[in-house]
Amino acid sequence: MSAVSVAIPTVTQAPVSSEDLLEKVAIRNLDFFYGNNRALKDINVSLYHAKVTAFIGPSGCGKSTLLRILNRMYDLYPNQRATGHVTLDNEDILSASLDINLLRAKVGMVFQKPTPFPMTIYENVAFGIRLYERLPKSELDDRVQHALQRAALWEEVKDKLGASGLSLSGGQQQRLCIARTVSVRPEVILFDEPCSALDPISTAKIEELIDELKDDYTIAIVTHNMQQAARVSDFTAFMYLGELVEFGETTKIFTSPNDPRTQDYITGRFG
Amino acid sequence: MTGVVANSPLYVRRRWRNAVTMGLAFAATIFGLSWLVLILVELLWEGFSGLSLAVFTEMTPPPGSTGGLLNPIVGSLVMTAIAVAIGTPLGILAGTYMAEYGRYAKLTTVVRFINDILLSAPSIVVGLFIYEIMVAQMGHFSGWAGAVALAVIVVPVVVRTTEDMLTLVPDTLREAAASIGLPRSLMITRVAYRAARAGMITGVLLAVARISGETAPLLFTALNNQFWSLNLNAPVSSLPVVIFQFALSPYKDWQKLAWTGALIITLAVLALSIIARILAAQRRSS
Repeated sequence: MSAVSVAIPTVTQAPVSSEDLLEKVAIRNLDFFYGNNRALKDINVSLYHAKVTAFIGPSGCGKSTLLRILNRMYDLYPNQRATGHVTLDNEDILSASLDINLLRAKVGMVFQKPTPFPMTIYENVAFGIRLYERLPKSELDDRVQHALQRAALWEEVKDKLGASGLSLSGGQQQRLCIARTVSVRPEVILFDEPCSALDPISTAKIEELIDELKDDYTIAIVTHNMQQAARVSDFTAFMYLGELVEFGETTKIFTSPNDPRTQDYITGRFG
Repeated sequence: MTGVVANSPLYVRRRWRNAVTMGLAFAATIFGLSWLVLILVELLWEGFSGLSLAVFTEMTPPPGSTGGLLNPIVGSLVMTAIAVAIGTPLGILAGTYMAEYGRYAKLTTVVRFINDILLSAPSIVVGLFIYEIMVAQMGHFSGWAGAVALAVIVVPVVVRTTEDMLTLVPDTLREAAASIGLPRSLMITRVAYRAARAGMITGVLLAVARISGETAPLLFTALNNQFWSLNLNAPVSSLPVVIFQFALSPYKDWQKLAWTGALIITLAVLALSIIARILAAQRRSS
């Protein structure tokens, strides 16, 4: 593929000063196996509080796999295992004794395809809240409204909270899922290609939203769209064939990467 | 430029073959349907004239006097209700295990295989089985035995539809449920069941439709009772068995009642099928 027409994506996030970095998630010497197939090889990377970290790389490079380790999503399936160390606030999350449901309450996830539950818009959000707290109706209403406002969906749905979550458009459904994730009050939010099923306008809304959310959360986003990575992230990790090729500030990765493979990928020479 | 030539021999032959195949398929459909229509017309013709209030309010008569089908109708309803009450929870629990907890387990493969055999097992075998374990042990025919025999037929139908419908629920929905920290039990009862609800209800309705016409398992278990009786420890009357008995009798008025009974069952099954279809359509549209 010719790289002539491909501009290097413009980075919009300000450079990060290293003093105010708070390491929220630490990944050390992480390997992951699908059966006998080693999908991740010796990954070392950190996620920082109030920062967005983007994972980019060609299909099959393991970036979604890495994301799904952080909330132990792989536990739903047989023959998948992770070895190494992953800590959230210095607590080992790969430990067999960990309460996975509590981990998932702290580490929320937004998926590629919008996945509203087959219930009303209100219930989609209230459902998550009720899992952890028993609130009087008025307080629950406030929390639902707040979550929907955080997801920039409130204005569009406030008059039809009783309608099915499935009746919304794709972009609205995705924001409903973000509201549902936020309602549980997580500390980390994982976005697994959240815009790949959405049109450009909805995509812009989600990106804006990620930018607004990042002050309060630790955010990781997997994306195929390098412009998106450049726009929303403070840090970028480039992965290739199950390895973490390069990790650093987004400005650095997109302007002067150290590894030639990173350079080739961001300029569109392969991938 | 060489395009498709409309009258090339290859194309003409293909079009001809297409017409013949379509004609044969159409003829086969008409042939199959016509028998069904003949049966239904005959049933309506013979059964409709016998429909009256008395059918629903009077007991089965001795030959030569007037009467109705109240006792077999009630008997069928009671035994069907009990069979569904026993069979549905069992079937749903087993189907849930297979689709959710044991999806990758060897046991599931084995259970599915056996369930499929049970699904197509001749119902007379079920009747004989229940005769052995209940009627022979208790020493008499009973409504309970009839209900249990019907339940044995309900279970595999419900297991199958429950598993199929839950398997249709996309894994992404399960992951979404897990991602907010839902334990598996809640993920199943609150999210997966909700997504599969219409299909699962359809399965139960189909099971009801299936057992409402079963005769063989009842002949060996509930037998029949020509009097009003709600005692499930004694023989209980049922529509299919009464139809069987009356239709084979030499008495004109009994034969008439058999036709009417057959019409009632058919209409009931038709109604159930329509409800099931409406529910299935709702599932697709949501």
